[in-house]
Amino acid sequence: MSLDKAMAATSSTAAGGLATRQAGTGTGRAVAAAVRIRSAAAKVLRSTAAIAAFAAIWELAPRLGLVDSTFLPPLSTVLSAWWDLAVSGALLEHFQASIVRSISGLLLAITVAIPLGLAIGYYKPVAALLNPLLELFRNTAALALLPVFILILGIGETSKITIVLFACTWPILLSTVNGVRSVDPLLIKSARSLGLQPFKLFFKVILPASLPSIFTGIRLAGASSILVLIAAEMVGAKAGLGYLINYTQYNFQIPEMYAGILTISALGLLINQGLVLLERRFSGWKNNA
Amino acid sequence: MSEKQQQAVITEAAKISFQNVTKRFQVREGRGVSEFTAMDGVNLDVRPGEFMAVVGPSGCGKSTLLDLLAGLSHPTSGQILLDGRPITGPGLDRGIVFQQYALFPWRTARANIEFGLEAKGFSQKERRERARHYLALVGLSGFENRYPHELSGGMKQRVAIARSLAFDPDVLLMDEPFAALDAQTRESLQTELLSIWEQTGKTILFITHGIDEAVYLGQRVAVMTARPGRIKRIIDIPLGKRSEDEDIRSGAEFGALRHEIWSELREEVQRSQAFDRSPVTAKAGLAK
Repeated sequence: MSLDKAMAATSSTAAGGLATRQAGTGTGRAVAAAVRIRSAAAKVLRSTAAIAAFAAIWELAPRLGLVDSTFLPPLSTVLSAWWDLAVSGALLEHFQASIVRSISGLLLAITVAIPLGLAIGYYKPVAALLNPLLELFRNTAALALLPVFILILGIGETSKITIVLFACTWPILLSTVNGVRSVDPLLIKSARSLGLQPFKLFFKVILPASLPSIFTGIRLAGASSILVLIAAEMVGAKAGLGYLINYTQYNFQIPEMYAGILTISALGLLINQGLVLLERRFSGWKNNA
Repeated sequence: MSEKQQQAVITEAAKISFQNVTKRFQVREGRGVSEFTAMDGVNLDVRPGEFMAVVGPSGCGKSTLLDLLAGLSHPTSGQILLDGRPITGPGLDRGIVFQQYALFPWRTARANIEFGLEAKGFSQKERRERARHYLALVGLSGFENRYPHELSGGMKQRVAIARSLAFDPDVLLMDEPFAALDAQTRESLQTELLSIWEQTGKTILFITHGIDEAVYLGQRVAVMTARPGRIKRIIDIPLGKRSEDEDIRSGAEFGALRHEIWSELREEVQRSQAFDRSPVTAKAGLAK
């Protein structure tokens, strides 16, 4: 087959399989490489198309007068405001303040909620004792407690980290309990038949079997850590992305406000991505990883 | 020799001996609690190195039998002896192969096989060595690092068999191990199991609901009754050595044995179905 013909074939969408089949031959290999590059490009295009369209609308709508550009400045204005904030170092300061709070709150929640969840899931008496109280706490909106935390712990870091800790605890706790309870009884039976004592059974079977569920909880907690933190920072703080947004809005620095919002999205993505990587590292044996 | 003495001799020689074993479960029924008899006065002796198949209609207490033998639950009355000593709990002298494989999904094939060896306290080097040996025995060399979800059903069951053999138990208990496999895989695993049995000389108690499977594998086949489970009859299978090339399943002798067991079972299945249509079904289903 001539190279031309092969290239023509690759331009059709169904060419992927065809080219792979030809990969053994000399020209086929080049074609396959070309197809790979092409399909990679298509993939990038697909995954960015929606975002690009969103950016374009954001840029054009204010410029065309479809929305008031005072309240929604064009994306380019927002980005240049973001750049100014970044260069001045102010953005980094706020970003740091937020990420330190949310990650310390999340880490604390992990160290509290996982052992507690394992205990509740494993020992029925503990569950019976604690469930009513936990149910009450879980259904108390974290932000409703913010005034209490501020009252008791002051307006500093402690109250903010505490509220993140509070908000993050529940998803992790619940999914840990769930994970422990839904371990395949057959696996437990199989391990018990090998004479494993409860302690070893726990560490060798129940814990690893619950890990995927625990990670689901941690990821949910990661999302709510940011949500709660930003709200807390809006209420009372001297730094942080929530503070930045609130402050700029009061001072009518609208492009800066949007710059702050964009940064929060980036922070959220960052934390989620980090957790996904961690999850893959620890439960890579799952089908879907 | 009196009957009692004779009984004693058999008991002494038996690898596994069920002696008048009864198992009842408490079943919640509405507000009250009722009792359900899963096994009633089961007597069964398995000789050392014997391949004993157990068949019975569904709900006849086959799984109860296995749980008791594994030491995962205790008989309500009677006793089960292993090498003349009563079974008090689970132990590495018995290996179990489950129908649903029960492999640990977070462990590779090798790590699954090493699981029991860790419990027995082997060194890491020894574990590796044994895992390799037993993977080769079940024809899975080269699949050491695969996770269970990367293996087919037949391969998973091979790993499970290797795992149970690796810590070198005297007795292998198999609970319908091939029931979830397709016909072809099942036949090839049956043949392989026989050759593994010949190579290792284990005593095997093989629970199945397949008559063909029981006749093909077993030296003797114990037929169980429907609820409550009793041993109805033990049938000798004098088929001699099964060879791979010979289609023993289509022989006249095989057919006759098959029919004999089928007739025994049919009565039980009918009884069990009559039972299913009665309102106590839920109870029985729970205890299964």
